[in-house]
Amino acid sequence: MTEVVAPSPPPSPPVARAASGLSRRLDGVLLTLIAGAVLLWFLPVGMGRYGTYVLTLWLVTSIAVMGLNLTLGIAGLKSLAQAAFMGIGAYTTAILGTKFGVDWYSCFLLSGLLSFAVGLLLGFPALRVKAHYLAFVTLAFATLVWLVFRNEQWLTGGTFGIANIARPTLFGIRTDGALAFHRFVVVVTLVLALALWWLIRSPWGRAFLALRENPIRAASLGVDIRAYTLLAFAIGSAYGGFAGALYSPLVEFIDPSPFALSASFMLLLMVVAGGSGYQLGPFVGALVAVALPEWLRFTGGLYLIVFGVVVLLLLIACPQGILGLAERGWNALRARLGAGAAEPSR
Amino acid sequence: MSTPAISQRAATATHRTIVRTHAGMAELVAYIVAGLATGAIYALAAIGFTLVWQTSQTINFAQGEYVMLPAILILAGVSFFGLPLWAAALLGGLVFVAVFGAGFKIAVVDPMIRHGVLPLAIATMALAIIMKEGAKDFFSSEAQTFPSPFPAGAVDILGVSLSMQHIAIIAVAFIAIGILQWFVSRTRTGRQMQATAQNPGVALILGIPVARMVMLTFAINAALAVLASVLVSPLYLAKFSNGEVIGLFAFIAAIVGGFNQVRGALGGGLIVGVVDSLAAAYISSSYRLAVPLALLVLIILIKPEGLFGRREERRI
Repeated sequence: MTEVVAPSPPPSPPVARAASGLSRRLDGVLLTLIAGAVLLWFLPVGMGRYGTYVLTLWLVTSIAVMGLNLTLGIAGLKSLAQAAFMGIGAYTTAILGTKFGVDWYSCFLLSGLLSFAVGLLLGFPALRVKAHYLAFVTLAFATLVWLVFRNEQWLTGGTFGIANIARPTLFGIRTDGALAFHRFVVVVTLVLALALWWLIRSPWGRAFLALRENPIRAASLGVDIRAYTLLAFAIGSAYGGFAGALYSPLVEFIDPSPFALSASFMLLLMVVAGGSGYQLGPFVGALVAVALPEWLRFTGGLYLIVFGVVVLLLLIACPQGILGLAERGWNALRARLGAGAAEPSR
Repeated sequence: MSTPAISQRAATATHRTIVRTHAGMAELVAYIVAGLATGAIYALAAIGFTLVWQTSQTINFAQGEYVMLPAILILAGVSFFGLPLWAAALLGGLVFVAVFGAGFKIAVVDPMIRHGVLPLAIATMALAIIMKEGAKDFFSSEAQTFPSPFPAGAVDILGVSLSMQHIAIIAVAFIAIGILQWFVSRTRTGRQMQATAQNPGVALILGIPVARMVMLTFAINAALAVLASVLVSPLYLAKFSNGEVIGLFAFIAAIVGGFNQVRGALGGGLIVGVVDSLAAAYISSSYRLAVPLALLVLIILIKPEGLFGRREERRI
């Protein structure tokens, strides 16, 4: 896939300690991913159209958050434009699908590819200056992209959006129904999550981790900082594009509002709330942001304010996110039971 | 500007051009003054943003909501408790500084800052949601008029008609910033605050009460937000969603001016205000927002430390 452009892997993994602790946990990640996919395949039976929709939306959001987790949690770069990349993917799929009749699979690949390319173009000048300027450049980019979505009516339909986006067909089976499309998304999410799982275990992934932990040391060990930083950002952005390509057929209608700057902030919030750097963190974070407002429906018009309070309290209680808290609790439990030395916390 | 007054009925094409140029110049000056007025308000927000960032590494993504909320509190004081405007303003301002200055620092910043910059920045995003939705749910989802503390009308200066309100806003903002500058550079407490901003560790060793200084910057930030809110709300009306744009502009102003300098935030605010005002007048209104953003990207590419900022040494 996209890894073809990667520079040659570094000669030795610079974060051997972190990696050994990591690989043990990653096997748990692999098992959880597969078991979760099986569970999600059957879960929505009898949940109704809307329940299934929310479940699918959670998975689609998780894909975008996974990409941002690679950018932020693994490589330590702050991007404020993930929703804009999702928008690029969503509009690419919607425009090519409705106006040119391109099949969904090509749209999906093009969405990811386009987001990857835009990520490279955006990251190159920003990262040339200094890593944290990426946050400012992506902030400006997210707003500019949203302006284009809203103003270029001839292409994007402006605020009226694009309707009648078709759902994909798999081996001649149409996925028009909510359940069929949900299962389709489960498979795509699993494939993308496994690709990322493999990437993070690979020498490239270890180089990404080295960037976050100690860039100067990574550089002195022969990691080309600029190339890897750029690559991490572009792959993370491509996942945003993939998520967008699934979002269009899920909602079957898109307009600019879900891709505004505040949506990018929200995706960042999900990474941190779930547990930045944890591979399963994106699923937990996206669950908080997608499902919690649904569960808070009983509060009526106040659900957003309650959501804000819950997230604020959650962050104050566990700044490392829910999985960070879970790991701390797990380690404390193991230490108390005397089952060997606790894993060093990252 | 020095063109002598020419009759509107001037017959020749040349004369018509001069008249148009003259009118164009007057218009341009009026747009610049309007831009300076909103820019001075952005500067107030950007200075608070920079102060808090410098002393405690807190990136406050709720800064726009900080400017939105005080006006709502004041209006709520008038309509719910029947207070006279001045009393509502005083009470609203004090409550805001206590809750969103001191309270924010104690309840949110103190427990989180040990865990790095990012979780705290995300927490301020959640705070922004709470403030915005709170203003909408508990006060009003409609834009409310906010009484202007300044006389309406226009004054004629050198043949250019300028809004009294704009001039008064610029004057008040500059006086406030002047007092702040005096406080920071001339008083003992102000210098202690500056030392805390520059190097908290060394400041602590020198016996400066660092914790109290950090608290002071949060209070000053909230107070500046109250002032900005009172100045901006008569222009833009008081509405729960105002924070989005104001926050974005304050953020841009801080970066354009130089993220580590108070005078940078002032310069950045004024530049961004004028650029935005001119963009709205002379470039399509649908892409108005793109111009300050393009300026931001340009500054990052050619002078990343900001127009008035100092180059930071690379830390190893």
